[in-house]
Amino acid sequence: MYTLSSKIKNLSIVLMVLGLLGIGYGFFSAPKNTEDVEKILAADAHGSHHGAVASHEAAPASAEKNETHHESVTVKDTLATQEHAVDSVIAHAEAPVADHAKKAHDATSHEAHADEHAEHVEHVLHQLQNKPWSALYIGALFVFLISLGVLAFYAIQWAAQAGWSPALFRVMEAITAYLVPGGIIVFVILVLSGVHINHLFVWMDPEVVAEDHLIQGKSGYLNVPFFLIRAAVYLAGWILYRSYTRKNSIALDNTGDLSFYKKNFKASAAFLAFFLVSESMMAWDWIMSVDPHWFSTLFGWYVFASFFVSGITVIALITLHLKSNGYLEFVNNSHFHDLAKFMFGISVFWTYLWFSQFMLMWYSNIPEEVTYFKMRIEHFNLPFFGMVVMNFVFPLLILINTDFKRVPWIITMAGIVILCGHYLDFYNMITPATVGENWFIGAAEIGSVAFFGGLFLFVVFNALTKAPLLAKGNPLIEESKHFHY
Amino acid sequence: MSNKVIHALYNDDDVLMDAVKATRKAHHHIEEVYTPFPVHGLDKAMGLAPTRIAICAFLYGLTGLTFATWLLNNIMISDWPQDIGGKPSFSYLQNMPAFVPVMFEETVFFAAHLMVITFYMRSKLWPFKKAENPDVRTTDDHFLMEVSVNNNEDELTSFLQSTGAVEVKVVEKH
Repeated sequence: MYTLSSKIKNLSIVLMVLGLLGIGYGFFSAPKNTEDVEKILAADAHGSHHGAVASHEAAPASAEKNETHHESVTVKDTLATQEHAVDSVIAHAEAPVADHAKKAHDATSHEAHADEHAEHVEHVLHQLQNKPWSALYIGALFVFLISLGVLAFYAIQWAAQAGWSPALFRVMEAITAYLVPGGIIVFVILVLSGVHINHLFVWMDPEVVAEDHLIQGKSGYLNVPFFLIRAAVYLAGWILYRSYTRKNSIALDNTGDLSFYKKNFKASAAFLAFFLVSESMMAWDWIMSVDPHWFSTLFGWYVFASFFVSGITVIALITLHLKSNGYLEFVNNSHFHDLAKFMFGISVFWTYLWFSQFMLMWYSNIPEEVTYFKMRIEHFNLPFFGMVVMNFVFPLLILINTDFKRVPWIITMAGIVILCGHYLDFYNMITPATVGENWFIGAAEIGSVAFFGGLFLFVVFNALTKAPLLAKGNPLIEESKHFHY
Repeated sequence: MSNKVIHALYNDDDVLMDAVKATRKAHHHIEEVYTPFPVHGLDKAMGLAPTRIAICAFLYGLTGLTFATWLLNNIMISDWPQDIGGKPSFSYLQNMPAFVPVMFEETVFFAAHLMVITFYMRSKLWPFKKAENPDVRTTDDHFLMEVSVNNNEDELTSFLQSTGAVEVKVVEKH
């Protein structure tokens, strides 16, 4: 039996408290109204962030200054407006460049300036108000999906009757214990979006939909009641499978009755069929629909690969932690070797899907789908390509070596990089649509991960204390204990 | 000097493994073991050094990647940077996604083929090579351990017989 160490308990509580502080700070510091945004924009116009744009626009701006001075419009405002003209061309790609530029540079159309400026401020306000919500949502979703990835891995091990993994079943079962609290939190955030507490999903806003023919065409699928019902169905299906197999797994231990083994085998096969469909739809609903104008057919698989590899990494990290504290004497190097091989293989699989999605859209360059990547490359350049390095190049070069796959500190290091990389992956999927170019990884983002990470640790290590760490009733457990590669 | 070896034949891989371990423990030098199929763990029992072919393959893969990069850069960017369907051919990086499939395949191609050729060369395998099989039964259902003799023929023979060999014979090797 595992007993919860006070170290883990304290760590998780500290993480949760710090995380809450970070999240609270994020909400507190978000601008409340357009005046706050004006201040931020004014400060920004002098900042280095827009330096290039500002200097580029300096000549026309100073020419304009004389004409607009008596109308008490500051240069700062003019600068901000012109930036907006450039930004909106880049970000929205909806108006021809020439048209916008003409508007921006035309001193006589000052009315248009004022309107456009107000619109821009409003736009930035929405983005900045979305930022703490977006950070919260990404953290909640990422940590929840890790436990879902572990659940999928667990189901595959049952259905494949894998001989090596039953020794790790209790660790996997403990990680999937987070599905219930994590699922509830994600669902609550979705409900809050549905009742317009936040604006994470633009298609939930009736005013937007009224003017948007594309979203109107999708409203048969993208409407709040159906969206929440679907979310409830996925969560119910996943949690049902988790509690059913866990119950059978414990019963198998206590009775040694192999009918429980068969039940779990059948349940896992059925679950995998359900999971395949529900996971794909979950990815459309919870992630792809933040960009309701954009669609990608392999998106579900792409999201799956991302959280599947994170889940396997977390299995490896928690198993390593327990092993190094002397709790898993029946787990040997070969188990770690296998987990590290999965980390390596699924990392490459993720890259394959990432690249396939990217390259197909880059190659054909169709405006309605390529804006997705244009936005990310222009405004999220470092996180967008940085995650490819973290999720592909790093594990590729580290975990390709057979000997390295057996060294605990190398697995740990690779695992931490993979987890950070896949957090960035989820960040890149959601933030460009909700926060746009005003993104920043600060207190709210880190706090959110810390809070949900702390909660995850607490739930998982608590669940570990609920059952013996060796699933002794499993008919494959002897093989697994003596697994050797 | 006579070059004598002893051929000990076994008909079970478990017996062979035990015999190999016992022979090594008794400090007799095993020249070679012939088996009809791979016996798991035999290389470890014999104390053979691990293969380095995977390292070769990695380096060959890097060669292939370099070759593909050079090839595509030379053709598509340096030599004749045409505008083909609006693809940006100003620098390699700008058009790189289009080259990745080729870069990948060249990497795999070089790694795989050069590794196989390395394997053939290192194990001295080629068409019309004369087979080096000491006993035809070793390709079917017998296992043969070849142990070198150093003026201890009688002792070695009785030792090998005690390891469960179904047949032990002294052979003059040229």
